[in-house]
Amino acid sequence: MPNRTEALEKPAVAVRRSASLWGDAWRRLIRNRLAVVGGVLVVTFFSLAILGPFIAPYEYQAQHLQEILANNNRPIAPFGSEFFLGTDNLGRDLLSRLLDGAQISMTVALVVQAVVLLIGLPIGAAAAWFGGRVDTYLMRFTDVIYAFPDLLFIILLSVAFRETFFGKAMNGLLLVFVAIGLTAWVGMARLVRGQLLSLKETEFVEAARAIGVSDFRIVTRHLLPNAMGPMIVAVTLGIPGAILAEATLAFIGIGAQAPRASWGSLVANGQPFLRSSPHLVIFPALAVATALISFTFLGDGLRDALDPKLKGKQ
Amino acid sequence: MLGYIIRRVLWIIPVLFVVSLITFSLMHAAPGGPWDREKKLSASTIAHLNEKYGLSDPIHIQYLSWVGNMVRGDLGPSYKYIDRSVNDIVADGIGTTAHLGIMAFLLSVILGIPLGVIAALRHNKIPDYLATFVSVIGIATPSFVAAILLLVFFSVTLRWFPTHGWDGWAEPDTMVLPTIALSLFPIAQIARFTRASMLEVTRKDYVRTAQSKGLRERSIVVVHMIRNALIPVVTILGPLLAFLITGSFIIETIFSVPGIGRYYVTSIGQRDYGVIMAMTMLYAAAIAVLNLVVDVLYAYIDPRIRYS
Repeated sequence: MPNRTEALEKPAVAVRRSASLWGDAWRRLIRNRLAVVGGVLVVTFFSLAILGPFIAPYEYQAQHLQEILANNNRPIAPFGSEFFLGTDNLGRDLLSRLLDGAQISMTVALVVQAVVLLIGLPIGAAAAWFGGRVDTYLMRFTDVIYAFPDLLFIILLSVAFRETFFGKAMNGLLLVFVAIGLTAWVGMARLVRGQLLSLKETEFVEAARAIGVSDFRIVTRHLLPNAMGPMIVAVTLGIPGAILAEATLAFIGIGAQAPRASWGSLVANGQPFLRSSPHLVIFPALAVATALISFTFLGDGLRDALDPKLKGKQ
Repeated sequence: MLGYIIRRVLWIIPVLFVVSLITFSLMHAAPGGPWDREKKLSASTIAHLNEKYGLSDPIHIQYLSWVGNMVRGDLGPSYKYIDRSVNDIVADGIGTTAHLGIMAFLLSVILGIPLGVIAALRHNKIPDYLATFVSVIGIATPSFVAAILLLVFFSVTLRWFPTHGWDGWAEPDTMVLPTIALSLFPIAQIARFTRASMLEVTRKDYVRTAQSKGLRERSIVVVHMIRNALIPVVTILGPLLAFLITGSFIIETIFSVPGIGRYYVTSIGQRDYGVIMAMTMLYAAAIAVLNLVVDVLYAYIDPRIRYS
């Protein structure tokens, strides 16, 4: 029976690559076309935000008044001059301003989610680990914060403390970032608590306890790494909300102060010129839209890739 | 169930208490006061005004008197609109804000659910792509951008609808653009959620059983799939309605809709304490009540869920 020996020489396990959670997730992710498009755009946005000051054709706040004067004091239209996307009514290059806006939006994405993790993670973890009265109090507290009308709370914080030192840091942006983060952590706390509660009962945690691993180490080394998937998804899908909140606030004049150019304030500034120079609204609106879509696609893709319930299906 | 509802209703009271406490402290901790004007008022005038409105009392006395008045239904005076009380301001605008919010909510449900259902039933076919395209547009377009584009296209260029104002059913065309601008995002949200939920249900055993029994496609979809798929959708409707009512101030500002939302931003800037407090409390109460309604509704439509 030579055939059978041949078959045995090729070990069956070698055909199947090792199926680690992250490897599997990665393979599923890159098969998802929308998620890949989203991921590539997200990377592009971050690169533009970092490289913006170096690749911008002009300073974002520089006014080219000579050119505006030559154009009858009107915003310069896109694609027809040395200003690729045109200028606003003060002769500021729109492309350079959009790049500055990208920097603001991507900073929002990072800072807000950092605040969310910084507050939500310890609260959720403590509630799940200690349980009992600690759990009750912490969850009641998150319930109260959840009942706060978030956009209003952000506006309240931002407007009320605008004149203070903290309010003026980073051209008024830091306060807005923190305010958005302060309202957004509740979901993360609940998610972490739920994840840890179910993981707490697993055998590997029991085993770790049995050999005398400390509480802190169990939470940080055993529980949190296993809850990582849903947390990554929540962070990614939380980003569009943060970007939208910042843009909306900038639109009504809260947050980024002139001459900084948030995409929201660009739309607001362009509004009076909408009929004669629609590019002043269209381009920043497109920028916001693309950013929101890319993070949503990437987040959706990550959720599908990391959700073990879907394993084997599709 | 009744016990659960009573406990949840009672729980709203401490929530509102803490919300009011935080808002009150933040407001008073912020620098500046309601009498800051371009032209500075004299110190004696300010002292006189503070005396008249009780603003020179210690902060905890001010808070307690605000609570006492509010419990009796008196929201206090407005420092900006001297001739009007906060009750007047709220009474004037709340109807319009609620009307706009509910209209947008209905439109989102009426369009969002069918979009999601159709997308799921024609999974990976043209209707699915169309519905997904619509919801991507909805998610990607901030309401202020949608409002501006609608305004320019339909009011300024085509002149189909008025550019501002709101007359309710007396002049229905004033309602069209604000309602659409406000509901774009929730339509997308509901459609996405419904689609995902429908796709989940499609894989369930009871659907396969129904199919193998040879039931008509229609009754499988309506009786077995949609009814089960909508259960999780209900949970997002409460927060969504709350979002529509509290989030409408941008739309109210752009279309000059005389609701209460547009007062909020200006009242914070002007330290109009009474208006800020009233607005925050109203919105927080709305959110709390809507969440409660949704939780109860959830148990009602899904017999598997029982609260104790």
